[in-house]
Amino acid sequence: MSTNTGASIVEPEVPYVDPERRSRRQRRSRRNALVATLSTVVFFGVVVIAVATSPGWPVVQDAFFNGDYFALAWPEVLVALLINIKIFVVAEFFILILGLLLALTRLSKSPALLPLRIVGTLYTDIFRGTPTLLVVLLLGFGVPALNLSGLPTDPLVWGTIALILSYTAYVAEVFRSGIASIHPSQRAAARSLGLSNVQTNRYVVLPQAIRRVIPPLLNDFVSLQKDTALVSVLGPIEALRAAQIIVYGKFNYTPYIVGALLFIALTIPMARFTDWLTARQERQRSSGSR
Amino acid sequence: MAVDLLRVDDVHKAFGDNAVLRGMTLSVAAHEVVVLIGASGSGKSTLLRCINGLESVDAGVIMVDGLDVTADDADFDAVRQRVGMVFQSFNLFPHMSVLGNITLAPRKVLGVSADEAEQRARDLLTRFGLEAKADDYPDRLSGGQQQRVAIVRALAMQPQAMLFDEVTSALDPELVGEVLDVIRGLKESGMTILMATHEMGFARDVADRVCFVDAGRVLESGPPAQVLGDPHEARTREFLARVLG
Ligand SMILES: Nc1ncnc2c1ncn2[C@@H]1O[C@H](COP(=O)(O)OP(=O)(O)OP(=O)(O)O)[C@@H](O)[C@H]1O
Ligand SMILES: [Mg+2]
Repeated sequence: MSTNTGASIVEPEVPYVDPERRSRRQRRSRRNALVATLSTVVFFGVVVIAVATSPGWPVVQDAFFNGDYFALAWPEVLVALLINIKIFVVAEFFILILGLLLALTRLSKSPALLPLRIVGTLYTDIFRGTPTLLVVLLLGFGVPALNLSGLPTDPLVWGTIALILSYTAYVAEVFRSGIASIHPSQRAAARSLGLSNVQTNRYVVLPQAIRRVIPPLLNDFVSLQKDTALVSVLGPIEALRAAQIIVYGKFNYTPYIVGALLFIALTIPMARFTDWLTARQERQRSSGSR
Repeated sequence: MAVDLLRVDDVHKAFGDNAVLRGMTLSVAAHEVVVLIGASGSGKSTLLRCINGLESVDAGVIMVDGLDVTADDADFDAVRQRVGMVFQSFNLFPHMSVLGNITLAPRKVLGVSADEAEQRARDLLTRFGLEAKADDYPDRLSGGQQQRVAIVRALAMQPQAMLFDEVTSALDPELVGEVLDVIRGLKESGMTILMATHEMGFARDVADRVCFVDAGRVLESGPPAQVLGDPHEARTREFLARVLG
């Protein structure tokens, strides 16, 4: 594999590289790795020393990174985070279904669906333009205050509904752009084979569209995971609220840092997965023949 | 004696104020191969798309095997099952394997079982020398192979006639032959064919009849030797002088 000067003609599947050039390349890449390691170590070493030796650091450390409060807070915040996860899972389920339905409605051309199309457009405009926190407050405090019988009064339920309403508007737009990005010739080909309009959507258009929008959808998921904390304003003791209670009791901000770390731990896998998926699609697109 | 399988009678079609078909009249008998030639924009693709119900007409009648495609209550699904169409840009479904592309419509439209659809698809692929590609995805195939798969996909619906819209125009010159050979084979097996093409040599070889389309109607029609070799109309002569150089 390393020395096959003349053999490259006999074995064409082994790419031939000039041995001298190869060793020069190897030397250069070893040197690059060394420089990268050194500069990283030096940079972060300087930052850590600078922060730790600065006069204000002990105060900051005590307020934000206190070990005792960390130990006290994290089990409680972690248990409360289960509520965030529950909100997220339930909301996401409805958001995906409603978002897809809304997108299909807005794209349909059937005259009978015109009223629904108008409602869909209004809905999107309203909920994309309204701050999510405002929707949470409006539904979470407003609806239970009406005292209407038959409606749930649990603020957790209304907070989740508020998130669903807000995010469905975004996700529907993502689906819509994905469906619109499928070339009309795909639809024509499917119809010319005798597939009905519904079959064409189901077997030809949607599978391609959904594959295309997975990365932006995952982005919205990451954002929704964080926004489950907005429900804290309604009172349920989810992660942010649990941290806040300890902060108020102890006059120390370490529990907020605990909450931040837990939310980050929740979103990082999804963010990396999104990166990976995007990169893979990019590779597929560039290696495809068209 | 010949029965018209396709009949287009005084069809008009406009996109906005752009009148594309203006009194198009044409018929294709069973087992006949008719080639449409004509300048870009003369309406060849529009005609083929109207026959397949992908566009609606403004006036006139199109009959496919006794079915009125232009009726208000036309059953397009029935029409499309009788007439297969292949496009310039292949339009294979990129998220499905070759086999998936070919079996989709037989399974979902005709209700053929998955096993039977696959068996038929494999038989067709073998017939066209594509059996090794059955499990590949379209982006792994050359343009010529993709277009042959697109033809097989249309044939899997067992149509009585095939519409080809410049099926070789998007291909590299060295791949044109393999696709034209497939169409030649279809003619030999008795398929009824209506095709638009710029391949004049192929039209001369294979067509039973050549129609010169000009400004949305058939200006001249006849055996290839006559239309291509000794056209009556000045417009036809001009067109041929341009494309044959
Ligand atoms: N969906 C559409 N909407 C608007 N105009 C259209 C549409 N389809 C076709 N046209 C117009 O109709 C005219 C005829 O187009 P058509 O594709 O039928 O021509 P053609 O004879 O197939 O030409 P070519 O040889 O370039 O394929 C053109 O002017 C084109 O711009
Ligand atoms: Mg055309």
